[in-house]
Amino acid sequence: MRRGSFVRALLRRPQGAAAVAWLALVALAAAVSRVWTPADPFRTDPYSAWLPPSGAHLFGTDAVGRDIASYVMAASGTTVVVAVSAGLLALVVGLGLAALGSLTARAVRESVAVLIDVLVAFPTILVAMALAAAFGGSLGVVVVASGLGYGVTIARVSRSEIRRVAREDYVTAARASGAGTATVLLRHVMPNIAPVFVVQLSLAMATSILAEAGLSFLGYGASAETASWGRLLADLQKFLGVHPWTIVWPGLAITLTVLALNLLGDAVRDAADPRLRGGGRRAAAPVDPRDPVAPTAAPDPADSPAASPGVTS
Amino acid sequence: MTRFLLGRTALFALGLVVASVLIFATLRLLPGDVAQSIAGTTGSPAQVAALREQLGLDRPIAAQYLDWAGGLLRLDLGESLVTGSPVAGEIAEKLGVTLPLAGLSLVFGLLIGVPAGVWAAARHRRPAGLVVGVGSQLLAAVPAVWLGMLLIALFAVTLGWLPTQGWPLDGWQDPGRALRSLVLPALTIGIIEGAVLLRFTRSAAIGALDQDYVRAAAAKGMTLDRALLRHGLPNVMLSVVSVLGLQVVGLVVGAVVVEQLFTLPGLGRMLVTDVGRRDLTKVQGELMTLTAIVLFVGLLVDVAHRRLDPRLREVER
Repeated sequence: MRRGSFVRALLRRPQGAAAVAWLALVALAAAVSRVWTPADPFRTDPYSAWLPPSGAHLFGTDAVGRDIASYVMAASGTTVVVAVSAGLLALVVGLGLAALGSLTARAVRESVAVLIDVLVAFPTILVAMALAAAFGGSLGVVVVASGLGYGVTIARVSRSEIRRVAREDYVTAARASGAGTATVLLRHVMPNIAPVFVVQLSLAMATSILAEAGLSFLGYGASAETASWGRLLADLQKFLGVHPWTIVWPGLAITLTVLALNLLGDAVRDAADPRLRGGGRRAAAPVDPRDPVAPTAAPDPADSPAASPGVTS
Repeated sequence: MTRFLLGRTALFALGLVVASVLIFATLRLLPGDVAQSIAGTTGSPAQVAALREQLGLDRPIAAQYLDWAGGLLRLDLGESLVTGSPVAGEIAEKLGVTLPLAGLSLVFGLLIGVPAGVWAAARHRRPAGLVVGVGSQLLAAVPAVWLGMLLIALFAVTLGWLPTQGWPLDGWQDPGRALRSLVLPALTIGIIEGAVLLRFTRSAAIGALDQDYVRAAAAKGMTLDRALLRHGLPNVMLSVVSVLGLQVVGLVVGAVVVEQLFTLPGLGRMLVTDVGRRDLTKVQGELMTLTAIVLFVGLLVDVAHRRLDPRLREVER
């Protein structure tokens, strides 16, 4: 598949374009926040506590007078770092386990398969709590727990995917025409399972962002010196009874970023599938909204008055 | 069926063994001396030595593990390092809050997810169905903490219908008050779980729409909704059952965060506290209990799925 056509297919989908736009905005905010934020996100000022949103303080201020907009912007940097490292770790763990589970001797292969089936049931948050009990809570614990947790999921998905692709005719054909294992893997198997990894990568990142928010809320994630959306939620929660609506901003930031990653996953999966890509264009053609099985049912000309102009009058 | 049951039970047992090894190993991997890090920098050498003996740290690690695992089989989880009380008893007490919370959350999740999913599937090309589909995507991305806070802000702070946080001192003595304290936390978990269930139900029901039996029923004059309910739903419920295992993982995760937010004295909140106090025997016991629940429900779901799906039964013979 040509790369350009894939990107175009991705951006042509509204959810794909929206997801890419939001993620680009978060990445931009994260990069800019390293050198500039509207105000110092950690500077406290008791005289300007709980200011409502205004030009000077876009999202208002919190109990100690910190500028919430600056803090949310600085925290996007933390989110990007956590999500990218957790995603990469998950990918490495997943690929490693998948390789162990498909390329090694039969006994190893089958025990790895059983181990994956067992490990996939462990909730990430329990792994994180175990690590936090041993090492104390930190963003590193969040990254390791979600990376390991989602890595096992990736291993499971890719194992079945590798099996499926290995049975395809083009792989058999390549083998029959004398291609070696490495060539088959690199030229024929990898390009066909790569989209699956991109989908899983975006889901792993989404999971790690939710895990970071939850664990930072519990106090086992970001430290007090690190800006984090989950920590801000924990800080604001203490004043929920008096200033309930300040929690909107960090929560919205988490939700939209996770949603964008989920949507990106869906859009990548659709855009990577040439059959769906053709189908996507056809589905874009006007479909009678009253008919739920429109694409499969043949249009009945008698239904449509416009189709028989002038025949009866 | 017997063969399947045996194999699946073996996998469950293996899961428990792997879990116990991993939990034990992680907590023993503490950098430096476990006893020293529990006693802290203020602990005297004598205290540290006493603690080491109490924990059995002077013995080989394999023997320590076998001790603990043997205790697990007798449901003896050891004593708390901080209070000295038996861990198993405390966990059983906390389950009196966590299990009702998980159950109520699941009920809310099913009540939200399944009907809305079927409803949205029957209208999946119309604006109303699309809105529900997009809404479920959005809700599935909401962090539980935030949703809980929004619900508190709306129903407890602004409207004053339900208590913001906490649990009645006399527990289940007054079931009405206890239930009222559980509504908002269970709704928090239930809405998020419901959104995930909705997406599964919706795509399963959209698949059922194209099936001949639904179209035949619709052609005979049933409304599409009725045809889906009468003929599609049994098939849709099968896929719902098969994802329930994943949902239970969500319930546990939800319990840890949501119990803390609503200050409910459940297993999740106890885990959070004990991790902070580094009460290792309690943390081990709590992690093991939660993992065992997750694995056991996974077993139940797989067996139920097997029994419910006639196609899988055919394969057996």
